[in-house]
Amino acid sequence: MRYITDRKRAEGRGASGTGTYDHWYMQVSAVGLAVLTPFFVYIFGSALGGTYEEVIATFSRPIPAIITGLMLVFGLQHFRKGAQMMIEDYLRGFAKKFWIVTVILFSYGVMAAGLFSLAKIAL
Amino acid sequence: MVELVLPKNSKIKVGKTWPKPEGATNVRKFQIYRWNPDDGKNPQIDTYFVDMDTCGPMILDALIKIKNEIDPTLTFRRSCREGICGSCAMNVGGVNTLACIYGMDEVKGDVKIYPLPHMEVVKDLIPDLTHFYAQHASIMPWLETKTNRPAKEWKQSIEDRKKLDGLYECVMCASCSTSCPSYWWNSDKYLGPAALLHAYRWIIDSRDEATGERLDDLEDPFKLYRCHTIMNCAKTCPKGLNPAEAISHIKKMMVERAV
Repeated sequence: MRYITDRKRAEGRGASGTGTYDHWYMQVSAVGLAVLTPFFVYIFGSALGGTYEEVIATFSRPIPAIITGLMLVFGLQHFRKGAQMMIEDYLRGFAKKFWIVTVILFSYGVMAAGLFSLAKIAL
Repeated sequence: MVELVLPKNSKIKVGKTWPKPEGATNVRKFQIYRWNPDDGKNPQIDTYFVDMDTCGPMILDALIKIKNEIDPTLTFRRSCREGICGSCAMNVGGVNTLACIYGMDEVKGDVKIYPLPHMEVVKDLIPDLTHFYAQHASIMPWLETKTNRPAKEWKQSIEDRKKLDGLYECVMCASCSTSCPSYWWNSDKYLGPAALLHAYRWIIDSRDEATGERLDDLEDPFKLYRCHTIMNCAKTCPKGLNPAEAISHIKKMMVERAV
């Protein structure tokens, strides 16, 4: 039990001065992904089930490769921020820090692996 | 941290069932949350039967009848009986509302009454609103001006006054904030729909000169941006207000000044 006033408890440490950029990023990237996702699904769907050569040929073409690259960067960045927000909502203490770090490593790891693979195929 | 299971001492048990009124033909069953901090027992649900032929039409009428005629220990807040004071906010049939303006006919079957969810309980149907009121105070719910006070009054156009409609009517009953999952999990940092609606009420007031400072005070991932537009607040507000819309306007103002 800490003897602090109700007002101090309510105001905490004041405002951090951040938040609007993340909010705006999520809004803009959501709109961008809404446009990008159907194209990516079409490209991925058309390659799905194809032979090795057909898949390589698909992702070697500039437009599918660029769309896949954009999807990897912006999709995973959007995922990272959304997942971090969800973790901040529900977890506290060490568990919060652990899962935020995990999500960041996972997102950037998948992004890096995807971009590397794409570059290897496309270039 | 989210708790999916109630602590052992908060698990609700079956309580006392009070006898039915003699000779009554039109009886309604009420199941009401009871908890007394002084007896050391777990919360319990007591069952009451109310003669509807001798009872008013609102939930609060039934509660007052129970307190007057059946069980004087039943504890709840009430004052104006017309939806102005916000005292009798409680959860009726799963809906946060004001008992005084919520009709008995709006509840199907047995009437289940609980205190506002996810708040500490003082006793029975009375939640502890200390933190909620302190959060309201933190948004400076008053006119802030820097210009010298005018001789007569701060003037406001009819159009600017209209912008306050749908905001000034809030009676701070806490129904919205206690229906908001974000507020349940993060009420220590997130201001909640009621305080944010009031914040917007002063931000949008044409006479107020502290708009920038008010927006600065809300520039925080938790204070403002924990609102995920779940809309429970707008759905439950017994006054028909829309706190989620007010919050979205604040976010829009934040973006407009930053981008």
